[in-house]
Amino acid sequence: MENKRKYVIPGDVITTGPYRPEQNVILDGNKIISTAIGISEIYDDSIKVIPLTGKYIPKIDDLVIGKVVSHTSLSWELDINSCYVGFLPAQDVFGRDFSAHADELSSKLKSGDLVAARIANFDRTRDPLVTIADRDLGKIDSGHLVKISPSKVPRLIGKRGTMIQTIEMATGAAITIGQNGWVVVSCETPEGLLKAKKAIQMVDEKAHIANLTDQVKEMLESKDES
Amino acid sequence: MGGRDTTLVLLDENGIRCDGRKVDEPRRIMIKAGGLKNADGSAYIEFGDNKILVGVFGPRDVHPKHMSNTDTGILRVRYHMEPFSVTERKNPAPSRREIEISKVIKEALEPAVMLDKFPRTAVDVYIEVLQADGGTRCAALSAASVALADAGIPMRDMVAACAAGKAADTIILDVNNEEDQAGQADMPIGYMPSLEKITLLQLDGILTPAEYKKCVETGIHGCKIVYELQKKALTEKYFGNGEK
Repeated sequence: MENKRKYVIPGDVITTGPYRPEQNVILDGNKIISTAIGISEIYDDSIKVIPLTGKYIPKIDDLVIGKVVSHTSLSWELDINSCYVGFLPAQDVFGRDFSAHADELSSKLKSGDLVAARIANFDRTRDPLVTIADRDLGKIDSGHLVKISPSKVPRLIGKRGTMIQTIEMATGAAITIGQNGWVVVSCETPEGLLKAKKAIQMVDEKAHIANLTDQVKEMLESKDES
Repeated sequence: MGGRDTTLVLLDENGIRCDGRKVDEPRRIMIKAGGLKNADGSAYIEFGDNKILVGVFGPRDVHPKHMSNTDTGILRVRYHMEPFSVTERKNPAPSRREIEISKVIKEALEPAVMLDKFPRTAVDVYIEVLQADGGTRCAALSAASVALADAGIPMRDMVAACAAGKAADTIILDVNNEEDQAGQADMPIGYMPSLEKITLLQLDGILTPAEYKKCVETGIHGCKIVYELQKKALTEKYFGNGEK
């Protein structure tokens, strides 16, 4: 599998033949062409390109970290680091018996607050609808916000969560990763916090390098001694 | 641009042009991807004595709102020349020529970018010409396409651009300022190398059908040279020294 990975830029012909084009590739005749800068991966019958740059595009069921930018009498608007604003209806927080007269939205969430939310619905015609009515979702009270490129989120999580587990175990930090590239790190010790932030930034910078998990591990361990 | 130099020899008997190039030789080209921190994507190009900086934002909210399209994203391009980019101070207000080039570059990029994935948004391309020496629209187009790729806008192909022309009755590649002023024709070409499609073709001057054909071929050859450098610039930024 590894030898089928290739660095590509827009317009590069990845291969020809009967493959199913998935993410970031188009079919032109029988040529399969990349539409993004990234790493191409060929599976048995499909091809995709993992992008290394680009904005976050909301996807249903994604966990995102959002920042409240404003509210009307019926809903909040969240900055979710995308080209669209997240739309959080008041019913979601106050429940069914929400009334625009009786409930004041700013009593629950103020401008500037960070929330962990899930994309409930999104299509081409409307702004993404987000929800915070679920376990582990809702307002984030403590922690540090680290911003990385959304395209590098899968790298930060690693294969079956190996990368993030490595960082969490070495530093004792609790890390919440939003698919939109915003990451909240909280940790009881300031050293652990700094180290976890540094590790996350390292993944952001070196996302294209192979065996990055080992390098991160090395960095985390070397700091222990000093 | 100063008085016309009447003693200027565009092509000497050895086939060497006024700046020492051969007929099919482009100027020195250097492209760098990235460099601007606040823009979503950026590129810098030196094309002979042209120096051009491009910044890309987006996809982002459209302002004013009425410009937005519910079916697709929109592309907006501004080509602007700095007051110090030419020998005599240029008024920084957009001129007729700059508005035209903005439109031409926008239309040359549109076949490449796939904005239908981002309805109700805009992608803004800001092109600043720091120093001009003929052929800025081609250089700007090449740099804009690198900046768009850097911003992660999905693209069918890169757009490479290069001019060809006719001076001293010979078809030449990459027309410089002197050749543009005193030469017989100037043809900027924008080209998508993998799809083998032309996205920009202008012609200022008179050519016979045979010369026209040769001119297009020469221009496409130049575009392919530019394309290799665009590729190199992006590879350098994203894959470093090309491990793996």
